[in-house]
Amino acid sequence: MKQLLMTPLHEEHLKLGARMIPFDGFDMPVQYTSIIEEHFTVRERVGIFDVSHMGEIELHGKDALSFTDYIVTNSVMKMENGDIKYSPMCYPSGGQVDDLFIYKIKDDFVLLVVNASPNYSAKDFDWISQHKGGFDVEISNRSPAYGEVAVQGPVSKKLIEALVKLEGGMPLEELRRFKSAHGDFLGRKILISHTGYTGEDGFEIFSEEKDIADIWNSILEKGKKFGIKPCGLGARDTTRFEVCYWLYGNDIDETINPLEAGQGWTVKLDKDRFIGKEALLKIKEGGISRKLVGLYIPTGGIPRHKTDVKKYGKRVGYVTSGNYCPSLKKIHAMAILDIPFTEKGGKVDVVIRDRDVEAEVVDMPFVKPVNKR
Amino acid sequence: MYPKELKYTKTHEWARGDNGFITVGITSFAVEELSDVVYVELPSEGGKVEKGSSFATLESVKAVSEVYSPVSGEIHKVNHRLQKHPELLSKDCYGEGWMISVIPAEAEELNSLMNAEEYQRFAEESSKI
Repeated sequence: MKQLLMTPLHEEHLKLGARMIPFDGFDMPVQYTSIIEEHFTVRERVGIFDVSHMGEIELHGKDALSFTDYIVTNSVMKMENGDIKYSPMCYPSGGQVDDLFIYKIKDDFVLLVVNASPNYSAKDFDWISQHKGGFDVEISNRSPAYGEVAVQGPVSKKLIEALVKLEGGMPLEELRRFKSAHGDFLGRKILISHTGYTGEDGFEIFSEEKDIADIWNSILEKGKKFGIKPCGLGARDTTRFEVCYWLYGNDIDETINPLEAGQGWTVKLDKDRFIGKEALLKIKEGGISRKLVGLYIPTGGIPRHKTDVKKYGKRVGYVTSGNYCPSLKKIHAMAILDIPFTEKGGKVDVVIRDRDVEAEVVDMPFVKPVNKR
Repeated sequence: MYPKELKYTKTHEWARGDNGFITVGITSFAVEELSDVVYVELPSEGGKVEKGSSFATLESVKAVSEVYSPVSGEIHKVNHRLQKHPELLSKDCYGEGWMISVIPAEAEELNSLMNAEEYQRFAEESSKI
């Protein structure tokens, strides 16, 4: 077996007694004490996650922005310095290479934060590099050089405020959601963004790889009085699942296009050109044949990824993610179903341990994220 | 650390003789391994169980595990509270977190199981893997 990669916080996880699992080529903490406890720490107070496995791809040059506009479905040309946008990145088929965050640092510098995949997000880097064409842009995979932590929860601002100085003396209070700024964290250079994957208020902090352990430990130390806990991939999954944020590889992948997945707002078909435009235009005109919906499973177990969904014994789709929602004490799933079966209130069966278990189509998200509460 | 009055299996269940019945649950080692059980699927009262075969399913956020019966017999009682309160398993796995009570086909079957000391050694070995 190929050797797993380690994030620059690997040693800290071992010191904290984390349970480690392989994830996208990295040896990552799934939990430190309990997934449920860590989940509620994020919902009620503040938790810190190691997200250094995420990939960072830097685009430098005159065409950094227009190149980005070409490879993603969302429109980025009007982004201001410090703006962040979410977007799928599609194949010509309309299926997804990945979903990512676009950080416009300045006109000639765009940072793409992509999902982890084996060998430091080589999949994204290779795809992006292959489409450089005549664009005046330099593409570099800087993933190994970056460390990243996510600080998430209602008191995250209070905690981070005391540790961070933003460039130009801007108070952290003024860093709006989906904005980033450079700054200083107790003498270390950082990029901080008002973003996250949990549905709570929170920040993501990028630094040089060598500085991230000090940043992690300072936040844990300073966060003690707020009841901070280190949180693993388990709680990262339950928090994102409750608010129905897509997980690449589960809810979206090369077979699922953004129009089916409910990411239509990120597909700007009025753009001149972008990879996947022709296919997505056709799909939009013809209408989608299936759609990602929420399910509620009153009893019978947890349907996991790829569980069949049936109606009258016939397969009508499959579960993309299913889990217990700690905040609701209920079991839910996200499933991609043929359109006739996607109406709210409709009943379908999910197959759990060879048994048909009743599920009801419900609205997503299951829990409202902080900015929609 | 494991109660002396109980008998244990290699699949991390415990069994206790109670006036002709045998009460069955999972050990603190299993609870620790599973962490955060959120769904419990239990059998019906009156059904049969067989030694070494699965009688219940536990789901945690990340995994699904089977629970195997330490003895053969008929299911006398089921702890239905676990369905609403799976956390009883982690809070009190030897008490309120019991799972089923069995009318054993052969009461002697209990004797073939490990005692607390043997199980402790076995669990220590298992956690090294």
